[in-house]
Amino acid sequence: MADSQYPQDDFRAPTPIIGPGHSYRTITDKLASVVLTKSTPVVWFPIVGVSFLLLMGLMLALTYLFARGVGIWGNNVPVGWAFDIINFVWWIGIGHAGTLISAILLLFKQDWRTSINRFAEAMTLFAVACAAIFPLVHTGRPWLAIYWLFPYPNTMTLWPNFRSPLIWDVFAVSTYASVSALFWFIGLIPDMATFRDKAENPALKRMYGVLSLGWRGSARHWYRYEHAYLLLAGISTPLVLSVHTVVSFDFAVSVLPGWHATIFPPYFVAGAIYAGFAMVLTLAIPLRAMFRLHDFITMRHLENMAKVMLLTGLIVVYGYVCEAFFGWYSGNEYERFMLINRIFEGPYAWTYWVLLLCNFLVPQVLWSKRMRRNIGALFTVAMFVNVGMWLERFVIVVTSLHRDFLPSSWDMYYPTIWDFMTLFGTIGLFLTLMFVFVRVLPLISVFEMRTLLPEARPKPSSEGGSH
Amino acid sequence: MAHGPAAAAPYYGLMAEFASAEALLGAAHRVREAGYTKTDAYSPFPIHGLAEALGFRDRRISKFVLAGGITGALTGYGLEYWTSVVAYPLNIGGRPYHSWVSFIPPAFETTILFAAFTAGITMMALNGLPQPYHPVFNAPRFSLASQEGFFLSIEAADPKFDEQAARRLLSGLGAREVVQLEH
Repeated sequence: MADSQYPQDDFRAPTPIIGPGHSYRTITDKLASVVLTKSTPVVWFPIVGVSFLLLMGLMLALTYLFARGVGIWGNNVPVGWAFDIINFVWWIGIGHAGTLISAILLLFKQDWRTSINRFAEAMTLFAVACAAIFPLVHTGRPWLAIYWLFPYPNTMTLWPNFRSPLIWDVFAVSTYASVSALFWFIGLIPDMATFRDKAENPALKRMYGVLSLGWRGSARHWYRYEHAYLLLAGISTPLVLSVHTVVSFDFAVSVLPGWHATIFPPYFVAGAIYAGFAMVLTLAIPLRAMFRLHDFITMRHLENMAKVMLLTGLIVVYGYVCEAFFGWYSGNEYERFMLINRIFEGPYAWTYWVLLLCNFLVPQVLWSKRMRRNIGALFTVAMFVNVGMWLERFVIVVTSLHRDFLPSSWDMYYPTIWDFMTLFGTIGLFLTLMFVFVRVLPLISVFEMRTLLPEARPKPSSEGGSH
Repeated sequence: MAHGPAAAAPYYGLMAEFASAEALLGAAHRVREAGYTKTDAYSPFPIHGLAEALGFRDRRISKFVLAGGITGALTGYGLEYWTSVVAYPLNIGGRPYHSWVSFIPPAFETTILFAAFTAGITMMALNGLPQPYHPVFNAPRFSLASQEGFFLSIEAADPKFDEQAARRLLSGLGAREVVQLEH
């Protein structure tokens, strides 16, 4: 906590989580100035420009998909699931860091979460939006997907099959998206009141005024607000753990060698947090430089995120080891063949080794404090993990499917240009939403940053505290 | 409302501004000790113990959330049971119609969904939000309450309210400025 038992200059005292010399006013002004200004940092334009171009590529790819059908993708028997599920799992995983930071770290009273939770939550929402595209469009006729996916009384009186993990996934992901949006919006209300009171443009004032719901900072309101926020954090914690567990059930409940493994749920959850923190770092490092947020996103934040990445990365590697051990120890020839095919002899074996490079070897540099405090190194490691976690899903999906029980049905899978346009298009959608968000809403929770100042925590008056 | 002369007050109440969170917390204690009940404090961030200092306590949200969660669990499981056993039983892979193990994950998710939205909605409903207009917004410096200002209000509808006495009390507690609030 900020009130350390050690004096400020003691080497044991934690690095502060907010730069020195800040007051309520400087925090408010600095964080509001990112949005309430006409001058946008110059680098914002090329980033959004390129992202928008990719987003237009997504529009093109989806339009062509709806016109021609899923045949434009590389999926075919036996690899019936490919980029659509790989990208879906990758994006959903990325989203997990946002909820972990906002809910689990709140429950553990990790106050360094404060300056990164807002944009990490936004990242969750945008990542889930990107993820949701894939299950919708992989049906080929997404306008019919409603009746395949959601239980509603349709004219054929058919209902979804609740014994299938795929419908569990629909429930998990739609709950996750709704609850994340609610959590994010509730966190924004007090900051919207700040923006309402600070905005000079009457249209903006009105917009933020509506979003603030008339928040006036009443002590009674804060009391219920904090109570509700804590409950939401408590509710979101099992939710975030359940979402990737359910996603892993899509694989683990099947009987395919390479998918049918009991290690999947914890291993997927750890992988999700791993990928998510890598993406938070990928975004935090440029945003911090772009808007000069060094006082709010300090080295301590970046270092802590690096440590979370290192830990979850090792759990993921433990998952790889377990998978290999299960395959070997099962004594089942299909399981053993799957492993040999995946790691050594199969045509996709190189993806497994690149995956180990990205997810296992490269992140080991984070053991070094010097590397954790080196922005360039940290960003590079995060990029390796982003790629590595995508490859992990590629390895799980494609190497398990392309050679299953019957050699006569083996085949290769090659993605097409449309697969790649959809993947990079969602990256464009994600970055466009993210960079528009930072110019419209506060990317750091302003009111929570105020509470980090020592004067925001008055000691109860002596006559009040009768022990 | 209709049981006292105060109810007919021509204005909402008095609003005092304080310099710090500490001063506001101290003032909230004193105002309560002085016997005022229709009071409220305003700050740009939650201050630990401030609502309690005003004599406010409300743990109803927890109960609503529990009820919401139970409703969610029953709704989710009920939906699964009814669609799979009653409305359109289908034999899928020889599994029982009532495959309760498979029904757990969706029921878990609806539990979370209902509980979370109950938390959000009851917080707003009990707080009376959204409420675009409130008399406290008439205080000239009140826009600072969302930035760096600390305010305390005493309503004219308070049974103990007497303008002179309330003004004296607030000024004596170190208020920077005491203003009258229009309705």
